[in-house]
Amino acid sequence: MSVILDSKVPNGPVETKWQNQKFNMKLVNPSNKRKHTVIVVGTGLAGASAAATMGELGYKVKAFCVHQSPRRAHSVAAQGGINGAKNYQNDGDSIYRLFYDTVKGGDFRAREANVYRLAEASVSIIDQAVAQGVPLAREYGGLLANRSFGGAQVSRTFYARGQTGQQLLLGAYSAMMRQVDLGTVELHSRRELLDVVTVDGKARGIVVRNLNTGELESHEADVVVLATGGYSNVFYLSTNAMACAVTASWKAHKKGSYFANPCYTQIHPTCIPVHGENQSKLTLMSESLRNDGRIWISSKKGDKRLPQDIPENERDYFLERIYPSFGNLAPRDIASRQAKFRVDEGFGAMGETAVYLDFKDSIGRLGEDKIAERYGNLFQMYDKITGENPYKQPMRIFPAPHYTMGGLWVDYNLMSTVPGLFVAGEANFSDHGANRLGASALMQGLADGYFVLPYTVGDYIANTTLGAVKTTDDAFKNSENEVKTEIQKMMNIKGTRTVDSLHKELGLVMWEKCGMSRSKEGLAEAIEKIKKIRGTFWSDVRISGAANEINPELEKAGRVADFIELGELMCRDALTREESCGGHFREEHQIDGEAKRDDENFCHVAAWEWNGTAEKAQTRHKEELKFDNVKLATRSYK
Amino acid sequence: MESKQNINLKLKVWRQKNAQAKGEFVTYDAKDVSPDASFLEMLDAVNENLVIKGEEPIVFDHDCREGICGSCGFMINGNAHGPKKGTTICQLHMRQFSDGEELTLEPWRATAFPVMKDLMCDRSAFDRIIKSGGYISVNTGGARDANNILISKVNADEAFLSAMCIGCGACVASCKNASAALFTSAKISHLAYLPQGQVEQNQRALNMVAQMDAEGFGACTTTGACSAACPKEISLINIAKMNREFLRASITKKEEAGGGDLA
Ligand SMILES: Cc1cc2nc3c(=O)[nH]c(=O)nc-3n(C[C@H](O)[C@H](O)[C@H](O)COP(=O)(O)OP(=O)(O)OC[C@H]3O[C@@H](n4cnc5c(N)ncnc54)[C@H](O)[C@@H]3O)c2cc1C
Ligand code: FES
Repeated sequence: MSVILDSKVPNGPVETKWQNQKFNMKLVNPSNKRKHTVIVVGTGLAGASAAATMGELGYKVKAFCVHQSPRRAHSVAAQGGINGAKNYQNDGDSIYRLFYDTVKGGDFRAREANVYRLAEASVSIIDQAVAQGVPLAREYGGLLANRSFGGAQVSRTFYARGQTGQQLLLGAYSAMMRQVDLGTVELHSRRELLDVVTVDGKARGIVVRNLNTGELESHEADVVVLATGGYSNVFYLSTNAMACAVTASWKAHKKGSYFANPCYTQIHPTCIPVHGENQSKLTLMSESLRNDGRIWISSKKGDKRLPQDIPENERDYFLERIYPSFGNLAPRDIASRQAKFRVDEGFGAMGETAVYLDFKDSIGRLGEDKIAERYGNLFQMYDKITGENPYKQPMRIFPAPHYTMGGLWVDYNLMSTVPGLFVAGEANFSDHGANRLGASALMQGLADGYFVLPYTVGDYIANTTLGAVKTTDDAFKNSENEVKTEIQKMMNIKGTRTVDSLHKELGLVMWEKCGMSRSKEGLAEAIEKIKKIRGTFWSDVRISGAANEINPELEKAGRVADFIELGELMCRDALTREESCGGHFREEHQIDGEAKRDDENFCHVAAWEWNGTAEKAQTRHKEELKFDNVKLATRSYK
Repeated sequence: MESKQNINLKLKVWRQKNAQAKGEFVTYDAKDVSPDASFLEMLDAVNENLVIKGEEPIVFDHDCREGICGSCGFMINGNAHGPKKGTTICQLHMRQFSDGEELTLEPWRATAFPVMKDLMCDRSAFDRIIKSGGYISVNTGGARDANNILISKVNADEAFLSAMCIGCGACVASCKNASAALFTSAKISHLAYLPQGQVEQNQRALNMVAQMDAEGFGACTTTGACSAACPKEISLINIAKMNREFLRASITKKEEAGGGDLA
């Protein structure tokens, strides 16, 4: 039976909710903190910042990651920047404006109170990062520099060239390593979470596989935090790193954590297109390029001519044509969709799946040097990958899966539907609604880790009776046995299909039927196909090597098995949401290619409950969304 | 824009079952490789075939595949990350190679980086060097307004250039002495360029250098092979800066100890 979820948003005006909540929270006595163990899974921005801060507060923290070094979490790859409502540019920014932009950018499918808190925390994040020595860009006078990003009319994005994620992550990582040195954080790298252990309905530990030895290990705790990132790799090809997976979230889902809005995914418009069958991942070309680059295609179908041979009057600058007021800077969901429409109609660059991003006009206007100064490293990266010189010929780009707004459902305190299991960063269903604005994921991960969890985890501990548990208890032994059985089952299939081939097959279905544009028919077809892929996986997968050694094939197999189940849920979620909003575009619900929301019937979060097996349909629960501050309105960019 | 012809290569790859096992070179054919594929995608294809044949695929560390996480890295014909300057292996593309070439792939070789399997080695020594002092001791909360700390653009840029290090270990692998001087110095310099980093700069230099030695990395040869191999082209000047920091810290420490004796 479906239930209405309680978000536990505190009363009062949105501006004072978090202040009041913090004041009303119970505190844990400093000398008692070290008696409480907090497990943090994931050491990206969200996990590293949470582990560091809770270590500083005196909790006994155990941090886990699949990488050899915590510094290699995929947060390291973020390029463009991080938003902070500092109003250093005196251009009218404020916490309220950042809140407003983010709610609207998310197409009114996020929780207002969370977004406001996020905007509030954004200010402290910048202070914290600078205090840690993060070398954010500076002006000549020594003050911090800002750039502009999509979906905002103020300049509030802080950056470290094209490596903002790397620098912020190294800041959080070093803060955490300091706690490792002080003995408050215990680091367990190359450990993959394969189960969440619950005792009396509360999360009390985890089972991990030691990726160096294959051994299963149990760890007990009073609280478990998941900060395990997003699931864009369900599409196989995405801008995510190879190890990014839904596994941790999915195991928690199977233990009772509802999965919210799985169909909300972000397809980023400017990525280097697929070049061949063996391609393993896609590379992002920063949104900032659309400031000086013009997007076009030939106005003739199936035109195989080289771009330089197509005269000006036979070019279609389609974003400028359709959205005269925003032009090439139309938001991500819209720009992506239009590129797809053109390619589907047969107008792709040289007959391929790509459109042009052309700098000819700006090079003519500003000179090659100026363009090199602005985008030099991106042009170089493009050249390295494609072997083409973007100063001489237009880039070819195409949208690619990039970020997932959906994730484990959490209440205002970031606690999932399993008491004691908290979720932070991209792994939770987050503050971005149905579409995330640029430079706001880094902000959210760090807000969760530095400024939210340390309070809410303490409040939970102070209010909860937590009996002693040991890893020798039945709950842990049972979990270990289940994990071991599943691994053995996979290893014993010894079929004919490689893990990658199955992952690619899944990815293709997801991309075609549950990507930038979705339909009732297509989704129903996808669900059937995915069920077949699941069948093939469990009867014909081939994993070489053994389970008791370093075995990347086995690691991938486990992740793909979870992606297959997630893929089906994504399609079901997309099928049930009979509206278009943000990145979720249902062909049946549009006005001339633009998303048509249905606020009457779908102004809610959908959170899915696992019902024991993959064969049983999951139950859809709702959290109603209320907009008391930002008025529900249609987004228009024409 | 037109792609070149696909190529065939011979790969002589270091295979080693685990840390204890004795390794050996095994030769594989990489057939029909697209020049547009990345080096790791070429290896993915070789591995796919090995799995189908029931053999164990070649293990190598990797993740982001865009040159920023520092996971990838092994030697190609004796060059860390292969022949292209300023490029990690994951960003190296097959158009750099020609048909019929024979390539030898070997893991990083250094006492402090024990081989775990095939081309993958254990670089956790780098984390322990950071743990020994590669940070500024500030707790979360209570930081002053970011613009209250003025930093000249020149210093901010210098700090950034040092902070760009991805911790891949190519510097160690390329050094005759397997020294970690470039890695360690990049972190020491990054923090020393910033006013926030100065309070702890002496202790930081002493601790990090001590940890570097304790991990079994060798002494700097001053030949600059590290910087030449670095995919992020981290400058040798960092090492000079580290030496200066270390010297000053050592003298200060001696003076303080001496002062203590007099009292
Ligand atoms: C190419 C790219 C560019 C981007 N640029 C920007 C940008 O400019 N601005 C912006 O705001 N956002 C950007 N984003 C988005 C942003 O980087 C991410 O959303 C954010 O960094 C996610 O952080 P996280 O801490 O939630 O997860 P991650 O950084 O992905 O960390 C996940 C952690 O969980 C661990 N883990 C995962 N599964 C398991 C398991 N089963 N067991 C144990 N450990 C596990 C991993 O080892 C890792 O430590 C970008 C994203 C990409 C891909
Ligand atoms: S795989 Fe990340 S740097 Fe090469």
